[in-house]
Amino acid sequence: MSETIAFLKPRADVLARRSTIIADLADLLPPEGLVHEPRELVPFETDAFVSYRRLPLAVALPTSTAEVAAVLRYCHRYGIPVVPRGAGTSLCGGAIPQEDAVVIGLSRLSRILEIDPFNRTATVQAGVTNLAISDAVSPEGFFYAPDPSSQLACTIGGNIGMNSGGAHCLKYGVTTNNLLGVTLVLVDGTVIELGGKHLDAAGYDLLGLVCGSEGQLGIVTEATVRILAKPEGARPVLFGFETSEEAGACVADVIGSGIIPVAIEFMDKPAIEICEAFAKAGYPLDVGALLIVEVEGSEAEMDAMLSLIVEIARRHGVRTVRECQSATEAALIWKGRKSAFGATGRIADYICMDGTVPLSQLSHVLKRTGEIVAGFGLRVANVFHAGDGNMHPLILFNANDPVEAAKAETAGNEILKLCVDAGGCLTGEHGVGIEKRDLMRHQYSEADLAQQMAVRAAFDPQWLMNPSKVFPLEGRPAA
Amino acid sequence: MQTSFTAEQLVDPQVAESEKILRRCVHCGFCTATCPTYVTLGNELDSPRGRIYLIKDMLENGRPADAEVVKHIDRCLSCLSCTTTCPSGVDYMHLVDHARVHIEKTYTRPPLDRFTRALLAAILPYPARFRAALRLAGLARPLAPVFARVKALSPFAAMLQLAPKALPSASPASSGLLAEPGLRRGRVALLEGCAQPVLDPGINAATRRLLARFGVAVVSPKGEGCCGALVHHMGREADALDFARRNVDAWMAEIEGEGIDAILITASGCGTTIKDYGHMLRLDPAYAQKAARVSALARDVTEYLATLDLPRLAARGLTVAYHSACSMQHGQKITLQPKALLKAAGFAVKDPAEGHLCCGSAGTYNILQPEISAQLKQRKVRNLEATQPDVVATGNIGCITQIRTGTEIPVLHTVELLDWAYGGPKPARLPA
Repeated sequence: MSETIAFLKPRADVLARRSTIIADLADLLPPEGLVHEPRELVPFETDAFVSYRRLPLAVALPTSTAEVAAVLRYCHRYGIPVVPRGAGTSLCGGAIPQEDAVVIGLSRLSRILEIDPFNRTATVQAGVTNLAISDAVSPEGFFYAPDPSSQLACTIGGNIGMNSGGAHCLKYGVTTNNLLGVTLVLVDGTVIELGGKHLDAAGYDLLGLVCGSEGQLGIVTEATVRILAKPEGARPVLFGFETSEEAGACVADVIGSGIIPVAIEFMDKPAIEICEAFAKAGYPLDVGALLIVEVEGSEAEMDAMLSLIVEIARRHGVRTVRECQSATEAALIWKGRKSAFGATGRIADYICMDGTVPLSQLSHVLKRTGEIVAGFGLRVANVFHAGDGNMHPLILFNANDPVEAAKAETAGNEILKLCVDAGGCLTGEHGVGIEKRDLMRHQYSEADLAQQMAVRAAFDPQWLMNPSKVFPLEGRPAA
Repeated sequence: MQTSFTAEQLVDPQVAESEKILRRCVHCGFCTATCPTYVTLGNELDSPRGRIYLIKDMLENGRPADAEVVKHIDRCLSCLSCTTTCPSGVDYMHLVDHARVHIEKTYTRPPLDRFTRALLAAILPYPARFRAALRLAGLARPLAPVFARVKALSPFAAMLQLAPKALPSASPASSGLLAEPGLRRGRVALLEGCAQPVLDPGINAATRRLLARFGVAVVSPKGEGCCGALVHHMGREADALDFARRNVDAWMAEIEGEGIDAILITASGCGTTIKDYGHMLRLDPAYAQKAARVSALARDVTEYLATLDLPRLAARGLTVAYHSACSMQHGQKITLQPKALLKAAGFAVKDPAEGHLCCGSAGTYNILQPEISAQLKQRKVRNLEATQPDVVATGNIGCITQIRTGTEIPVLHTVELLDWAYGGPKPARLPA
């Protein structure tokens, strides 16, 4: 496809020293910790934002904080850009490398370091997957709350980089609300500790700053997260509506009434059909839109909250209400929802938007989204975290048709601008990455951006860390 | 995912099929999480997504395979855990099959590797040769530690370590059992196969007894043998298709003769391949239809038993850790029947943690990739032992052989336990 988002021009001096750099990195890492054969670099050229691709110079796969620090120290000394990578599941190209960059992949930092049920914390290496944390603390009766749909594969390091969310964040907050401490390697190889096991640390909240900084302020190698006691019970309930607008209005009304279930997920008809084809979860196929509302607590608490929600849903013309009958059924309902993006691959290629809007605007934005995409002659599937107003229109297209691919990208940009204009923001949980970088001026004033870039430059004056991402290429301070 | 094949490349039906498979992948990365080699090695190149990308790059550029690509494809267990996980429905099995054939056609392996593979292909599929080889292995066992010290020779060390210390006799006493008279409920062909009757003839003997007891006549058509999986996974396409055609001929004679209700397979690794005959032979006009018929009749023995509605038995106070072979759960998507049968027969059944991960057996993988295989075996045994079982049950001879070398707990085929529960002899491996 014709790429409309530019990467930084590779540094010629770095490219010229490629073989020296590889030889030096080989001294810093064990043989299996360095990938540099040209053909072996190809699979690292992209992440889950597969429309954009750049080969890296080399890939380092360290197994310790010390190895990460050694590689960063080296790259810093010689002015070599660095791109951190967790599991490579970013939907906005956060882990896409560039020709002059060393990728630091954290997939081999995969050990659970400590589970502390008394202090309700878990300390893990950055390459541990999100779900592996919940699995590890489950025998003690705990779970880690933020649950991105890619939680099976995505790493906690990547979650911290993007301040990731998930279906259950409506009640429990996103990554930053569940993160207590990190070990951070700065661009020059210095290792610092931020936070700890407590809720707040003395001094500046640098932890809050690092969470969501997209690998530009340093590389997290270890994280301490808060774990929560599992609820007494949890029940997903399916609410089917005739139209997306009715479903959207119902969500706004539920939240507006002060009711906060654990999750309210939305699927429109195309999304229901896609997810049902993969998960066979028994989603109703005769409705125009579906809400998955999960309540939790004791039976009495769940019943009480559900009856309030059912009453509101009735006012919005709900057609079917189905409580799931077993744990197996509940698991399938979530499996279908969480596999929605991948399952879309069964029918088309897609790009996934991540705009967030005030709930009062949800119905309007949903309707306009449909019109925008239809205006380009394309199809859309909507599956998203409705309770948070965090929308994920999946724009369907054929990646082998460059005209369609370009249309999909333009349609996506228009949808994101629509979200901002409706009082929302470009990204609810996926991050800016490369995908939304050039829209940042639609969201922020020059002064807003200048302040963010000043913070970035305080950590990384040479702009070596994930340099093509987040901030538009024009108007950056001179490195 | 975008692909860039020329119209000329797409004339090749294999390339055209692979292109379709690649187009489905959206590069989401879910498959990495459940891939045994990615979980063990932590390198995307040793994950399904990485391999898909390597294969895509190789095929699109019409390049011969090279050492790097071969290294990472060779490390693939073909466990197909990725296909269970993949939400997009990427047919990884047929993509990696194609890659293996491409490697075999375009890449010259180092001499020792070539020799090892040729040796395995010349011995394993043939029971008489395999039996003789195992006897020799028994004599050579003291050499295993010597071989293990030289990396290039480690496959030979692995072979010696895997070879059972004692071989069962070649002809089990109970072959040729007839169905109980007056109760005939079906007629099936039972795959004798190649390695299993040498390593453990008791499995098919138990199957025959059990089926006879419930009124099912069992035939073993003349001419059938190795299903071809072993050579198929080495990319030796012509050999694999020859094995497949021979079996198709043998079974078609029965299908068109007295007729059979099913072709039963007691090794799930073979089952996955036989169910794929229709696909493997789709380009052979003389065999495509017949192969599809054979595949449609192929059943794992537990799939078939589950249709017989066997009586529920009282609890017998024995805890079984059920190890689902990859070819069972991922290759054939059979997950419920074996456990349901064991439970109905009175066993307490436990699921080990990380049940989706391969035990490292994977055909000839434990011989060709002994280091990774050993790590997976250790992990599997740890998870199985954590359930504190009296016995481990599974449905694939490869897993049985592999896991037996890692634990003192008896490892049996599911049908051996079922046969015992429904009136057959107690399996000799169980403590008295």
